[in-house]
Amino acid sequence: MRNPQLNGDGTLQHLLTIEGLPREVLVHILDTAASFIGVTKREVKKVPLLRGKSVFNLFFEASTRTRTTFEIAAKRLSADVINLNIAVSSSTKGETLLDTVDNLSAMYADMFVVRHSSSGAAHLIANHVASHVHVINAGDGRHAHPTQGLLDIYTIRHYKEDFPGLSVAIVGDVLHSRVARSLIHALTTLGAPDVRVIGPRTLLPTGVEQLGVSVHHDMREGLAGCDVVVMLRLQSERMKGPLLPSAQEFFKSYGLTPQKLALAKPDAIVMHPGPMNRGVEIDSSVADGPHSVILPQVTFGIAVRMAVMSILAGN
Amino acid sequence: MDLPDAEALCEELARKLRAGVTESTGLVGIRTGGAWLAERLHRELKLSTPMGALDISFYRDDFDAAGLHHQVKPSQIPFDVNGRHIVVIDDVLYTGRTVRAAMNELFDYGRPGKIELAALVDRGERQLPIAAQYVGATLSVPAGRLLRLARDERGKFFLRLSDAKPAA
Repeated sequence: MRNPQLNGDGTLQHLLTIEGLPREVLVHILDTAASFIGVTKREVKKVPLLRGKSVFNLFFEASTRTRTTFEIAAKRLSADVINLNIAVSSSTKGETLLDTVDNLSAMYADMFVVRHSSSGAAHLIANHVASHVHVINAGDGRHAHPTQGLLDIYTIRHYKEDFPGLSVAIVGDVLHSRVARSLIHALTTLGAPDVRVIGPRTLLPTGVEQLGVSVHHDMREGLAGCDVVVMLRLQSERMKGPLLPSAQEFFKSYGLTPQKLALAKPDAIVMHPGPMNRGVEIDSSVADGPHSVILPQVTFGIAVRMAVMSILAGN
Repeated sequence: MDLPDAEALCEELARKLRAGVTESTGLVGIRTGGAWLAERLHRELKLSTPMGALDISFYRDDFDAAGLHHQVKPSQIPFDVNGRHIVVIDDVLYTGRTVRAAMNELFDYGRPGKIELAALVDRGERQLPIAAQYVGATLSVPAGRLLRLARDERGKFFLRLSDAKPAA
């Protein structure tokens, strides 16, 4: 089956999901991002690549970090950025998603950055737009959040250099997490041999081992000897029904404390996609501690999004 | 066609540059060939200012047609550009478009005092009003052919002529 993200010549037309992307495409994005890191340290933090292009940030679901870093990334590439606050726009008046997209295309959009609570929304838009328009999925339902997965592997590569030999533990609410799904696909594509998911049975999707990960319900067992700990946010707004007794109970079993972190390798790094719930999935002393690379993740996210946008715009 | 000896041209270029540079001159090579050349010249001229290297992929004027280059490397300018004498170094000077892009990028690091240009080979056919102050040799090369600096496994320079690839 043709990968809807790729052009006939195998280059990236849209970024919808990491699943199914060849290793070379991921490595190209990471390498390009590394070159953008230097740009953000200069006197003029801009390059002219996307001059004259219009990037529409289409966020149907709340986001601060992702929307802001996409906006900064587009501006550093010299694009014009239009942020649409959908909560107060046409969709609340009954306009369909594709009608919204058609109207924005008529305003000469070159790129859409889409976040939507429905899985597949970005895919739907990508199938609908003209061939010169590019679509980036900034999170669709429980499905995928590819630029977060990419910035996660960028961060891991920055601190750990390479993936063969790495043990990566992903902890918490995997069931509702598009971040976890994107990261798992990225890690397995890049050859990380030991990816573990840790969480209570109610918060792990059934059949998750088919993605090439090992499953642990005991956090102490799961964290033993790992190089990277990725904490997920407990997504209370996505919780329907009694999946958990209480947030306090969750913290006791699956919250990352200094005592539990001590079971990982001494040089392990701790990551979190944000926003963090301190005292729910992560203890403040870990979040602000020497192992935490949570804020560098945010900074790397700008360079990774610049890389994705410039590669797409050039294809 | 017979190509000149790149090692001899490099010596010639070093000889010419010696008269024009000072301790504080910043050499900036354009990746890939120009950066190799800058590395060599920096060593031979014994300059105290560290050398810089530019990857001009983010400044190319054919981005819309050709897309992003597949192997972008970070640019590195390890000195303050403001007010400094800078010599941009490239292996082959041709249309001048690469040099235009390099100058644009340099100005995003600050305001240089003076920029000069050194090239191992000037093959003419400029499309922009750009000239080199230091040239190893001038050479006429048929259009559509790609002339580039190459290095053998011991680091010895030689020139290589190939068919220009269609923009990839």
